[in-house]
Amino acid sequence: MWPDQVHRELATAGVRVVGYVPDAGHKRLIELCRSDKRMRAVVLTTEEEGIGLVAGAWLGGVKSVLLMQSSGVGNIINVLGMVQVCRFPLVMIVTMRGEQGEFNPWQVPMGRSTPQVLEAMGVAVRRASSADEVAPLVAEAFRREQAVAVLVSQSVIGIKSFQEQTEQ
Amino acid sequence: MKPVLHRRNVVQTLLGDRGNLLVVAGLGSTAWDITAAGDSPLSFPTWGAMGQAAMIGLGLALAQPRRRVLVVTGDGEMLMGLGALATVGVQRPANLSVVVIDNERYGETGMQATHTAHRVDLAAVARGCGFKQSKVVSRKSQLGSLRTLVYKTRGPNFAQVKVVAEKLPLVLPPHDGVLLKERWRRALLGSP
Repeated sequence: MWPDQVHRELATAGVRVVGYVPDAGHKRLIELCRSDKRMRAVVLTTEEEGIGLVAGAWLGGVKSVLLMQSSGVGNIINVLGMVQVCRFPLVMIVTMRGEQGEFNPWQVPMGRSTPQVLEAMGVAVRRASSADEVAPLVAEAFRREQAVAVLVSQSVIGIKSFQEQTEQ
Repeated sequence: MKPVLHRRNVVQTLLGDRGNLLVVAGLGSTAWDITAAGDSPLSFPTWGAMGQAAMIGLGLALAQPRRRVLVVTGDGEMLMGLGALATVGVQRPANLSVVVIDNERYGETGMQATHTAHRVDLAAVARGCGFKQSKVVSRKSQLGSLRTLVYKTRGPNFAQVKVVAEKLPLVLPPHDGVLLKERWRRALLGSP
């Protein structure tokens, strides 16, 4: 499963802090990180907090990652300015909503705008269209030491209804 | 009660003889305050990212559990990121203190009233979020115990320091973000 592969890449990259907002698409990866004693999983009230967390961890000499849904990208726009100005390394793994099969129309506008918003704020965008693409893109993102978002297509997550979401 | 403490004196008292203390400051007046107390490579004054000072402090405290970490920020900056107090409360870093210099004003935009001018009690919020210690400081005689809180007391600790609303001369830190980051990492870790 892609979350298991990504978790291995996070461990290999030496990630010790994992910031996240609970998300159905990231459920398995969050569980893996939470049960990994090498990692400190930090649950956030909003994705914006994750940017401060990453910056502070980097100042302290520690690598981190942020897990969020595409809606969360809308919550971090202004604070990405700090990432750009200070050139903080940043790796975000973003599960996409509002794409093919979306059951909630309120997810569509932010989902559609996610790549442009990230690029407008200086974040490199990499898209994983299939499950086996996610982990290699994450590994590559850590090698760059820049601001990178790996977008995981909704087709990879496969959530098409509230019922499926609660079962994920 | 009319405030009597002056912000620059409070911050000077906190940062005098600071030893190994790591310091993050919220944008605006508190960034000028820590600079007036003496610029240091192990001070990280923010010029933006409003609302994130406490979270930067949390990331730092988790990464450097053996060092004491102090976040000095303003009431307006803290109000913009109140959720951070809940997030710190969940993580409970023993080495983190958040000190809000509360003049009940947005100092950089024309001294408009913040929510704390309308009785919003930040110390109560921090207590409710699970900070181990949370206090309101309003008298000079309390500054000694505020220093103890920041340097010695097992945290996470929070203090809301009521200060006079005053416009002071700007004392600006470097504003180049890469410089601030790299001098910090060089001083703390030995390489940028």
